[in-house]
Amino acid sequence: MSTTVLEGKNIVRDYHIGGGLFTGPRTVHAVKGVSFKVDKGKTLAIVGESGCGKSTLARIITLIDPATSGDLFIDGNKVDIARGGLAREMRRKVQIVFQNPYGSLNPRQKIGDVLGEPLLINTDKPAAERRDLAMKMLKKVGLGHEHYNRYPHMFSGGQRQRIAIARALMLNPSLLVLDEPVSALDLSVQAQVLNLLADLQDEFQLTYVFISHDLSVVRYIADDVMVMYFGEAVEYGSRDEVFSDPKHSYTRTLFAATPRADVASIKARLAKKKAA
Amino acid sequence: MSLLEIKNLTVSFDTAAGPFMAVQGIDLSIEPREVLAIVGESGSGKSVSMLAVMGLLPNTATVKADRMAFDGVDLLKLSPSERRKIVGKDISMIFQEPIASLNPCFTVGFQIEEVLRFHMGMDRAQRRARAIELMKLVGIADPEDRLSSFPHQMSGGQCQRVMIAIAIACNPKLLIADEPTTALDVTIQKQILDLLVSLQAKYGMGLIMITHNMGVVAETADRVIVQYKGRKMEEADVLSLFESPKSNYTRALLSALPENAVGDRLPTVSDMLFEPAPSAGNKAGAGASA
Repeated sequence: MSTTVLEGKNIVRDYHIGGGLFTGPRTVHAVKGVSFKVDKGKTLAIVGESGCGKSTLARIITLIDPATSGDLFIDGNKVDIARGGLAREMRRKVQIVFQNPYGSLNPRQKIGDVLGEPLLINTDKPAAERRDLAMKMLKKVGLGHEHYNRYPHMFSGGQRQRIAIARALMLNPSLLVLDEPVSALDLSVQAQVLNLLADLQDEFQLTYVFISHDLSVVRYIADDVMVMYFGEAVEYGSRDEVFSDPKHSYTRTLFAATPRADVASIKARLAKKKAA
Repeated sequence: MSLLEIKNLTVSFDTAAGPFMAVQGIDLSIEPREVLAIVGESGSGKSVSMLAVMGLLPNTATVKADRMAFDGVDLLKLSPSERRKIVGKDISMIFQEPIASLNPCFTVGFQIEEVLRFHMGMDRAQRRARAIELMKLVGIADPEDRLSSFPHQMSGGQCQRVMIAIAIACNPKLLIADEPTTALDVTIQKQILDLLVSLQAKYGMGLIMITHNMGVVAETADRVIVQYKGRKMEEADVLSLFESPKSNYTRALLSALPENAVGDRLPTVSDMLFEPAPSAGNKAGAGASA
């Protein structure tokens, strides 16, 4: 029987914007009552356009921001960082990989220190052990020992994203939130990073929350798909359900907007152009 | 006669470690009313070759070519001031980051009118009328009010529309779009691509799309050039490129598309590129070697 790693019930997040001299204060409803559930070793993809609340939801799941209301369960335990604060154990369990690998690494920190820092802060392992663990993790994500003493600017975008993934995995998390991890990468590098994520998921039994606006990537990696539109989950189901029979009109718009690279649709387009 | 004809273009940059060849012997031509896509990864020299046409490369770059002619005019022999009369008027370019390529200190109206003042010599009233017309053309609601907006007050998609308005302000013969939709959402991407293609058909422009997205190529192009590490790997019309790619690199690029995944692994370019041709199409073999 599979265990549920992450569950959200009716998550709401409002942002209050203070009024200026001539405008009154107002409230932005960024996430309006979203529920979801992810089992161990599975991937939930959250899809939507910018401003639909998917990154706000990511911040709530990663325990960076508290939800305004609603319940969040991680490994069956209710977590409320607004009230109870955040235990060290919880901090370890959930990690995040950000979109832009050029912005998410400190340019003045060597890769070894980038990987060692989570251990330094969260554990009392001695330096030699931290170093060993960092070396092992470098190997796991497809980099070598020689990269330990290098700075982020010496790496390409794909390699930096590997480092960001390695950093997130240093504390053996059970849940990894991936906020558009491949959208800044080239097609072939994107394929490598997606393969790496699939391998790591198998090896560590990781649970992924994968945020993306690229439906072809989602179709490849996701088990379940949630489509968000203006803060609401307009569609939620297994990948095959959502892709074969989209129910909400926004989901259909999204599918229609995705460029198709198969021969049949090129033929159709060229025929239409000739007729015009 | 070709609209733009480039023969054996080489661009090298002076670096501390000696000259770096960004583009090595590219031939390229585009006919009027044609949509040409240049595809490649970052570092393949696809933007650099177009920046060389525009004359926008820094001083450290050396541009050499046997021929670089636009509409019969040899671009290599023009003086900088003569070239400025063509660039921005007959050839114009749209860049990848719409928000970064607009000047944050001026209203979008000012930035559209600037082109008209410089190239068309219109007076104030004509410029304003034309700017409103252009804003309507690229699909911005309330153009009269939006002319006095600053770039930070607009969304990424709207900023890209403003960039397109600036680019087509003087009815260019050739429009170069450098990754015009990379920073945008899929739904906005679709709108911008549709807009570009409809404007291209309406005004009979030549359009060069620089992109790394095979989906964008499939949706817009007539003809495709695939570049890798500064060299041309393949040139074909769009249908035959997708139906029967000739070079290994193109095959590798196409199979790295997530929608073409076979089994649970994606073949990557490095898996396939240096294998002999017959096995390069063999996806199962490539997956096993990964």
